[in-house]
Parts: sequence; structure tokens; C-alpha cells
Amino acid sequence: MNLTLKIWRQAGPRHRGELKTYKVSDISPDMSFLEMLDVLNEQLNAAGEEPVAFDSDCREGICGMCGLMISGHAHGPEKTTTCQLHMRSFSDGDVITVEPWRADAFPVIKDLVVDRGSFDRIIQAGGYVSVNTGAAPDAHATPVPKANADRAFVAAECIGCGACVAACPNASAMLFMGAKVTHLSELPQGQPERMARVVSMVEQHDEEGFGGCTNVGACSQACPKGIPQDVISTLNKDLRSALRA
Amino acid sequence: MAGTGLVFVGYVLLHMYGNLKLLAGEEAFNTYAEHLRTIGEPMLPHGGLLWAIRVVLVLSLVGHAYAAYSLWSRAGSARRTKYAAVKTASRTAWMRWGGTFILLFVVWHLLQFTILKFSVNGDKQGADVTQNPYELVVASFQVPWNTLIYVLALVALAFHLSHGTFSAQQTLGLTGDAGAYRRAKVVGHALAAVVVVGFLIPPLSILFGLIT
Amino acid sequence: MTTTNDTVNAGIAHGLYTEGEGLADTKAPEGPIAGKWTQRQFDAALVNPANRRKLDVIIVGTGLAGGSAAATLGEAGYNVKVFCFQDTPRRAHSIAAQGGINAAKNYKEDGDSVHRLFYDTVKGGDYRSRETNVYRLAEVSANIIDQCVAQGVPFAREYGGLLDNRSFGGVQVSRTFYARGQTGQQLLIGAYQALERQVAAGTVQQFTRHEMLELVVSDGRARGIVARDLVTGDIETHTADAVVLASGGYGNVFFLSTNAMGSNVTASWRAHRKGAYMANPCYTQIHPTCIPVSGEHQSKLTLMSESLRNDGRIWVPKDRDDCDKDPRQIPEEDRDYYLERIYPSFGNLVPRDIASRQAKNVCDEGRGVGPLVGDFRRGVYLDFTDAISRMGRAAVEAKYGNLFDMYERITGENPYEMPMRIYPAVHYVMGGLWVDYDLQSTIPGLFVTGEANFSDHGANRLGASALMQGLADGYFVLPNTIRDYLAKGPFEPLQPDDPAVADAQRSVEERTERLLAINGERSVDSFHRELGNIMWEYCGMERSEEGLLKAIDLIRGLREEFWRNVRVLGAADTLNQSLEKAGRVADFLELGELMCIDALHRRESCGGHFRAESQTEDGEALRHDDEFLYVAAWEFGGDEGEPGEVGQPVLHKEDLVYEAIELKQRSYK
Ligand SMILES: Cc1cc2nc3c(=O)[nH]c(=O)nc-3n(C[C@H](O)[C@H](O)[C@H](O)COP(=O)(O)OP(=O)(O)OC[C@H]3O[C@@H](n4cnc5c(N)ncnc54)[C@H](O)[C@@H]3O)c2cc1C
Ligand code: HEM
Ligand code: HEM
Ligand code: SF4
Ligand code: F3S
Ligand code: FES
Repeated sequence: MNLTLKIWRQAGPRHRGELKTYKVSDISPDMSFLEMLDVLNEQLNAAGEEPVAFDSDCREGICGMCGLMISGHAHGPEKTTTCQLHMRSFSDGDVITVEPWRADAFPVIKDLVVDRGSFDRIIQAGGYVSVNTGAAPDAHATPVPKANADRAFVAAECIGCGACVAACPNASAMLFMGAKVTHLSELPQGQPERMARVVSMVEQHDEEGFGGCTNVGACSQACPKGIPQDVISTLNKDLRSALRA
Repeated sequence: MAGTGLVFVGYVLLHMYGNLKLLAGEEAFNTYAEHLRTIGEPMLPHGGLLWAIRVVLVLSLVGHAYAAYSLWSRAGSARRTKYAAVKTASRTAWMRWGGTFILLFVVWHLLQFTILKFSVNGDKQGADVTQNPYELVVASFQVPWNTLIYVLALVALAFHLSHGTFSAQQTLGLTGDAGAYRRAKVVGHALAAVVVVGFLIPPLSILFGLIT
Repeated sequence: MTTTNDTVNAGIAHGLYTEGEGLADTKAPEGPIAGKWTQRQFDAALVNPANRRKLDVIIVGTGLAGGSAAATLGEAGYNVKVFCFQDTPRRAHSIAAQGGINAAKNYKEDGDSVHRLFYDTVKGGDYRSRETNVYRLAEVSANIIDQCVAQGVPFAREYGGLLDNRSFGGVQVSRTFYARGQTGQQLLIGAYQALERQVAAGTVQQFTRHEMLELVVSDGRARGIVARDLVTGDIETHTADAVVLASGGYGNVFFLSTNAMGSNVTASWRAHRKGAYMANPCYTQIHPTCIPVSGEHQSKLTLMSESLRNDGRIWVPKDRDDCDKDPRQIPEEDRDYYLERIYPSFGNLVPRDIASRQAKNVCDEGRGVGPLVGDFRRGVYLDFTDAISRMGRAAVEAKYGNLFDMYERITGENPYEMPMRIYPAVHYVMGGLWVDYDLQSTIPGLFVTGEANFSDHGANRLGASALMQGLADGYFVLPNTIRDYLAKGPFEPLQPDDPAVADAQRSVEERTERLLAINGERSVDSFHRELGNIMWEYCGMERSEEGLLKAIDLIRGLREEFWRNVRVLGAADTLNQSLEKAGRVADFLELGELMCIDALHRRESCGGHFRAESQTEDGEALRHDDEFLYVAAWEFGGDEGEPGEVGQPVLHKEDLVYEAIELKQRSYK
């Protein structure tokens, strides 16, 4: 199929960017979206224009490195990652707009590549269990009820891609943060630091310049891992108990 | 935000109940309006409870609007470069513009019914209309454009409440699993439906001449 | 039986390499195998906690091997700098592992033990690994699970709240711990969180979007790295008292593999060029159940869990004229269930290397299925029709639903209706930098962990044991062995004008400039793809002397053309993904040749390495323990003039000694 692409080009963090229009032809529906961009890049390279910079690594939907705003949808029209989006989701002749994640806490580095270091800093603020290597008791010393284990798992599936922020009208990272808080709050291992964790993660979140959550739910709809919005509720509850204490 | 929102919810339900007394006739409605002012006497001065409610409402409104507008501006600075193509007619817009519209409506409404007490009905003017709550309401809703304002306001309110009720539960951390989450959504929709229907019965009954 | 006992090795005969002195591990203590690790931990010198802050350690890689090591060394109080090329440590390719992680916990009381895990791993590796290292791996495996659970890794649990296990990869005991199909992800996030905790504590500094491009060696010791900041393009030198490479595997030399786009050999290869020996580079694992190539523009291959072979039946049409028919129209008697036919007792569950090679054989005969890619159909059917009628669709869905969904998302075909198509793909490399029992390479002060080293899997790796190795190395082994080296430090600080630093930095700058200056006609990807085709064709599932010699010629030609005709646009001082790829491909072009030389010199079949000349009458792999019971450790042959021209590598043999386990020939008939 033949497509018209409007792609955000920006030479660097301090440069102005703009949408540029490109055409690609003979795209197979079996290609992934990123393979389609590979084709475009080969074409640009041959024509002497610098290829479009975009992030990807695993290309199987698990590392969280890829992520593009495709015609207004984070990761495109399907509920999956950009690398797992296939061209069969588009039709011949489509005009597709491709933009980077937009959030001031995710500054653009170049073209479609953004800096998501703010996520690391939120985790640094408390998204862990403080246990040194070698200090662990036998794994069977702490049974975990199945229901808690299952909910912890659902929350732990977050791949840190940032689509939730990209889709949220407030550019809030509440779903990402709620996922981590819920993962650890559901487990016995996470209890000792439960209150301190949520307070300092939220402080870091606000300091990074993410917006506040107004429970819109667009995050959860865009999340390729289907992290449910109720993790935000768990975060709110923990935060309230922590602030009261 | 959630606290003040829930104060509004409580007030709106109460107010709706009061309005439905219109259906019971002039006597019932006016007694009710009067009762509002005498409740708690002599422990409270005349109109004491009403004033207490008013104070709470005003404080809530200020708090609610302040929180809403500061979240709004924070969202603006969290994404200074906008997307070129975003299709989502977002719930935020409904909440924010809808909320603002409700605010304007409340101003209009208060001027009309409590502060200035004027009649928009050219046929019905004078103190016996404006100083009789029942008459004033009936007179006002016989005017189609005024009723239309109320209908629009209530649609906005319904949207605001259906999301707001869910949202408040989420904010309070009451939806911490899939079941509770679904229930919270249902409660929001149900409340919105009750409010639209409940509030609109009297004005529409008046407009269509069922109450005169 | 065909044997190849000619006295002069073809590689030597063609002047492809020379042979040097033997090599031995000197670090494993004497005594019975079960006591060695305890002894070594005791013997290794200690570093006073107050001195640790003064000791700098650089770690390249944040996968299971690097992330866990960085966290643990940070906790111990060393001054750690950790590097990865992705935007955050959590994206290392360990994240993609699906199946699980082994540990000799014997929670199922089914006869598992440290010794059995040790035995299975050595046997699975086709008796080409070092006993001492493997034993230790089995020994620390149980601690890994404890550590991860304490971190909050959400392993699968039973209703009673205790951990669940499954059996994996044809092993007879249930020792595999798993977290749905995302074990690697959950383990890596555990290590990542431990690492971020240390970053917050100030013991670890993390350098993301940084790529190591050179090793700094001074006075014979590894003393630092040169890295490019991939965002600003700055070439930075970082010095330290020791350097750890945990940079993962190099399967991407084949272009198409299940590895991530960025997986590369650069860190290892740069160290190799500076004196670290590369061991058994030709040992590659090819995984039988991957989604086949769909077209020319494919960028990577996706693995589907091996568990599919438990219930799916593998077949191709008997007649090549049926290959483009709808498989549902092909009657039972016209289908060839070739694994069940050739291996009646193991059937579809034969080990990975056998299943892969037989798939290649039937496709080479022209009986492959699926779309023509080039003039070939590369695919065989994996059919669940029988399973669905036997177990019912619901049961199949419960067991394999997520895999079926993944298949459908990628191929657009519904596997409940149509048989799936699968084909083998490069998945893992057993080869890597040579290390001793302390995980130290032949360059003092350079340690190598995880998939980047060669140590534990011999000629073939068992399922669920790479994750185990990465975490064993990072949490438990390296932190104990590296202290023996660090206790000798801190070493004299290196000044920026020190020749070792200045030379390393200059060579990286020159190489970058040269790549940008060529401005030829062909894209980096086109070279990579061509190299991949050569490697797959001649150094893939089946290798022969003729093919390997041809491959070496082709690779040399391609490498020469690369340095003359590659086109890398853009500048050096910004994010430049073509430039990054170009550097990696340049190194793959050198590695590919060494892999072929290694494969050529090893005229036996073992594990993942199958030489056409060394097979039994019925086509099974045939080892030659008399000649090849050694690790082949290759020394870099030196640069010769023009870029890309390299000298003859030197082969050093480390003899393998089996004391605890008896050597046997594998058989699955
Ligand atoms: C699809 C798939 C499924 C698998 N499933 C399983 C399984 O079920 N069980 C199992 O046991 N094993 C499995 N494996 C194998 C296993 O996942 C890997 O062998 C293992 O995770 C490798 O870990 P590592 O830490 O050595 O390297 P990686 O996780 O690959 O990490 C490499 C790190 O090095 C960094 N790096 C590399 N080069 C440079 C450089 N030049 N400069 C700076 N940084 C650099 C990268 O940024 C990254 O952080 C699977 C592998 C794949 C591909
Ligand atoms: C001044 C006019 C108003 C404005 C600008 C306004 C705006 C907002 C905004 C922006 C939100 C946050 C969005 C969200 O949480 O989803 C909100 C929440 C809410 N509003 Fe309003 N609103 C107004 C009036 C009202 C009124 C009159 C009511 C009730 C009758 C109400 C009830 C609620 C409730 C229950 C919430 C949810 C609180 C929470 O999420 O914690 N609001 N409003
Ligand atoms: C059909 C709909 C409505 C009718 C008929 C109605 C009628 C009235 C009347 C008659 C009064 C005066 C009561 C008195 O002073 O005794 C009043 C007051 C008030 N109404 Fe409404 N109302 C309607 C809808 C609403 C809505 C939707 C809101 C808010 C969102 C609202 C908020 C108020 C408030 C805040 C007061 C002032 C109460 C006070 O402090 O005296 N009303 N309304
Ligand atoms: S919550 Fe979902 S969308 Fe957000 S970072 Fe995690 S996986 Fe991505
Ligand atoms: S979309 Fe945004 S407002 Fe909250 S619920 Fe999700 S973070
Ligand atoms: S590239 Fe890894 S999730 Fe898309």
C-alpha cells in the first residue's frame, strides 16, 4: 500500500521542530509500523536526507523503548506497543501523523526520540524494596495469597513506555506510578516502606513537572499492557493514609 | 477536590428533593422553603441552617474552583507543546468547560431566585410573584428560553457528575480493585441520571403546562 | 561413521589462524567440587569497608548480569559507574526472556539437587563446559530465587501462596520458576529497582544512552572505557580500578535474530581487540519455535515459547507441490510428521538443536511452507488441530492463549483455525569472552559476566538457565571474586594525558570521523543484512568446510566494501542512530569471520555446532572427544594497515577435564 506520512522532525532539544510530509509506497500489511519507518529511512538515506530518529529495541512489545503518537493515538490505533502495531491496521492511501510523546517531563531529544529519565528518578524515589543481596530469607518463608500475588503481577507488567503520560490530557504519570505502588503494596515484602514510598514518589512526580491526575482514564486506555486505572486508586489510598499518619 | 465535589453532590440531591415538592403544589413548596429557614429554631437563629449551608457551599465552591483551575494550569505547563493531531474529545474538556458553564449558570440562577428575585416572564411581574417562591419558579419556567438554559445546565451537570462521582471515589482510594472500580463507574452514571431526571421534572412540567 | 582425522586442520592449512600456547584456569581451588566455591570465597582477599568508597568499578550493561552486579557492588560500598545504550537500565534485553529461571530448590520434592542441576547443565551443554563453573552455578541458584522474592519479584504462585514450578525444556524435574510469560521482565525489574535504589543512595552513577566504544588498558590492566554519549555525541573517557563487561550476546551478527535491535558485540569485541580472548565464538543456539520471516523488510524475529511443542504437532507436506496449498486441504496421508517419524520416542520434544536442524532439512528439500522469501519457503506447520479435538478449545486457550494471541497479532492469522507456521531463529550465543573461575578475562581487571562470557553452557544452553547464570554472576559470584582483585587497588589514577587514555580516546574519535567521511552508496543496514545472510547460510544450523571457507571470503569482501562504500549521514555531535549502527556492524564484520574460523577449525559436531562432515550414519551429531575436548580461546590477530584488515587470530586451547561427570555421547533416538 501507499501512504503519506507527516512526521515530526526536530534537529535537537533546543531546535524548533515541524511536521514534514513524506510518501512511502509498496508497504506490505505484514510489516510492523517501525519496519515501515525503516523503509522510509532507507529511502531518505539513499536520497541524502538524514533518517528519522526513533527509539526501539526489543521490537516484541516488552522493553518499552518504542513509543510514538500515531495520528493522535499513543502507540497507534491498537492496544499494543508501536513495535507490535502492524500495517494491516491501516489502509492504502492513509495520511498518518507521527509525533513524539509530548510532555515537558519528557523533553524531545531529536525527531521522535524523547528523554524519559524522569521515570527512573521516580523509581529512585522509592520504587523498590530495600533488601541487600544476600540478606534474603528462604523464598517460601513468606507465602503470598493468590489474589494479592495476581494483582501485584498485573501491576508489575508495566513496561515504562510512557504512553500513559502521552495520552493523559494532564500529562500525568499517575498510571505508571500507581502501577509500581500497587505492585509493591500488594506484597508482604513491600509493607515496611509502603507509606514512605508513596509520599516520596509522588513528590518526585510533581517535581518532574508531570501534571495532576483528574481520573480521566485515557492512560489506561492507551496502556499497551492494560494496566487498570484502579492502581491509581490504590496509590491515592496509600497516599491518604500516609499523609494522615 | 473530591471533598468539595461531594458536598455539591449532597447539596444537589437535597435541592432536587426540595424542587420536587413543586409537584405537590404551592402550599407544600412554600412551607418547605419556609421550613428551610426555621429548621433548628430556637437553637439556631432564623435562617441559621440555611446560612450555614450557604457558607459551606461558598467555601466549597471557592475550594473546588481553585483546585480545578490550578490543575488546569498545571496540565498546561506539563505539556507546553501540543499535539498536532489529537482526536480525543476529552473528558477533561467536559469537566473544565462544563464546570465553568455550571458556575455561570449558578450565578444566573442565584440572581434569579435568591439574590435579586426577578421574573423573566413578561406576563407575571410584581411582588406577589417575586416574593412567592412557588409563583416565581412557575413564572420563570413558563419562559422557554429560560427553561432551555436550565436544560443545558443540567446536561452539563449530568456529565460533570457522572465523571465527578466516579472520580471522587477514585481520588479517595475507594476503587482499589476491579469490582469496586466498575461499581464506582455505575454509581456515577446512575447519579447523573437521577439528577437530570429529578431536576427536569418540575421545569418541564411547568413549561408543558402540567403545573400552572 | 564418518570421521575427519586429517592431521592438518583446514583452518591452519588455509593460513586462517595459528596456534599458540595452551590456557588454563588457575583460580578454582583444589579439592572436591562441592567445596570449591566456599573455599574460593574464603581465599579471595577482603576489602575493608572504609576502602571500598575509594575503589571505582565500571560496569557495562544493565541486564540481569550487569544490573545485579551494579546493585550489589553499590550496596557493598564501592564507587560504581554503570553504562547502557538504552534510555534506561530497565530495557536491557534480558527483559524479553519468557520461559523461566532454573534453581535447584527441590520445592517439588522430585529428586532435584545441586548435583542434578549441575549434571543436566553439563550434559545439555554436550560436555563442552567447565565443570567447576557449572557446579558453582547450580550451587548459588537457590539463593537467586530467595533474593528475587525478597525484592518483590512476582513469581507465579499456587493457591496456598507458595511458589509454583514447572518443568522446562525436556528436563525431568520441575525446577523452573516463572512469572507468566514474562520472567525476564520481572527479574530485570527487580534488579533495576535494586540498582535505582543505589543510584538514589549515591553509590552508583548511571550513564544511560552511552555506548562503550573502547577499553582503556594501561600497564596490562583494564583501567577504563571510552564511551560515546549518544545524545550529545561527546566522546568521554571514564577510568576505574576494574571494568566489568555485562554487555549481552552477539546473536545479531546474523541480522535476523530474537535479540533486540541494539544488541551488539562492540563492547566485547573492543576488549577482544585489546587482548581479551574470545572463546568458542561459533557456538550459537538456534531456537526452533520462532515466527517465520514474512518478507524482505523484516527487522527481527519473535520467539514463541517452546512449551508449544508439548501439544502441537510439527509437519510439512510429503509432496513439495502441496506446499502452497491450504494446509487444511492436505489429507492426513500426505503429511509428513517428520520429527515423530525420525525420533519415535521423543517425537516433537527433541532438543532445540535437533528440532531446528530437521526443520531446515525439510525446507532445504523444498518442502517448506508459507510465503516465498527469495526463492524459498521457510516454515513448517505447528498444528494444534489434534490438541483442540483432544483437549477442547477452551483447554488449549487456557494453556496457550497468550501465545496464540501474539502469533495472531504478528501474522494476522488465527492459529485456532489455521496451523501456525514456525521456523528456527538465532536466539543465544554460548560463545563469548574467555573468563576464569573468577570471571576475569585474559586482561587483568577486566571481568565478564552473563551472556557476554563463554563460561557455563558449553556447546548448547538448556532452557531457563541463561537467566540463572546472569543473576548468579551478578548477585553472587562477581561481587565475591572481584574483591580479590580490588584488594590490590586503588591503582595509580590515570591522567587524561596518559598515553593509554589519549590513544583510546583518539582512536574512537578517528573511527567516528572515518565512518562519517566515507559517504559511499550503501546503507549500514544493507551491509548488516548481507552479512546476516552469509552467516545464516554458511555458519548457521549446519556448517561444512566448503561453506565456511566460502563465507570467510565473502565476509572479507564485504568488510572491504563496507569501509569504502558505506553511507552514514548526519553529524557526530548529535543523536545519530546510523552512526551507532555503523560502528556495531563494523565489529560484526570482524566477529563473523572469527566465528567462521572457529567453526571451521572444530571439525566435530557438538551441541549447537553441527558440522556436516561429522555425523553418524543416520545424520546425528557426532562429537570427537579425543580431539576437541577443549575450549577454543582466540587471541586477536592485530590490525593490518587499512581499517577492517585484521591479522591471523591465534588459537589457545583450554583442555576440559571431567572429574565429577562421565563423558557420554548424546542420543535421542
Ligand atoms: C527472546 C528471548 C527469550 C529468552 N528466554 C529465556 C528464558 O526463558 N530463560 C533463560 O534463562 N534465558 C532466556 N533467554 C536468554 C537470556 O534472556 C539472555 O541470555 C540474558 O538475559 C542475557 O543477559 P545479560 O545481562 O548478559 O545481557 P543483556 O540483558 O542483553 O544486557 C546487555 C546490556 O549491555 C548493554 N550494552 C551492550 N553493549 C553495550 C555497549 N557497547 N555500551 C554500553 N552498554 C552496552 C545494554 O545496554 C544492556 O544493558 C532469552 C533470550 C531471548 C532473546
Ligand atoms: C465552579 C464550577 C465548577 C468547576 C470549574 C468544576 C470543575 C471541576 C474539575 C476540573 C474537576 C476535576 C476533574 C476530575 O476530578 O475529574 C471537578 C471535579 C468534581 N466536580 Fe466540579 N466543577 C465545578 C462545579 C461543580 C459542581 C456544581 C458540582 C456538583 C454539583 C461538582 C462536582 C464535582 C465532583 C463530585 C468532582 C469530583 C472530585 C474528584 O475527582 O475528586 N463540581 N470539577
Ligand atoms: C430545575 C431546576 C432548579 C430549580 C427549579 C431550582 C429552584 C431554586 C429555588 C426556588 C431556589 C431558591 C430557594 C430559596 O431561596 O428558598 C434555589 C436556590 C438555589 N439553587 Fe436552585 N434550582 C434548580 C436547579 C439548581 C441547580 C442545578 C443548582 C446547582 C448546580 C442549583 C443551586 C442552587 C443554589 C446554590 C441555591 C441557593 C440556595 C441558598 O443558599 O439559598 N439549583 N433554587
Ligand atoms: S502504565 Fe502502561 S502506558 Fe504507562 S508506562 Fe506502564 S506500560 Fe506504559
Ligand atoms: S489519563 Fe491522566 S488524568 Fe489520571 S486517570 Fe490517567 S493519569
Ligand atoms: S521496541 Fe521494545 S516494546 Fe517496542
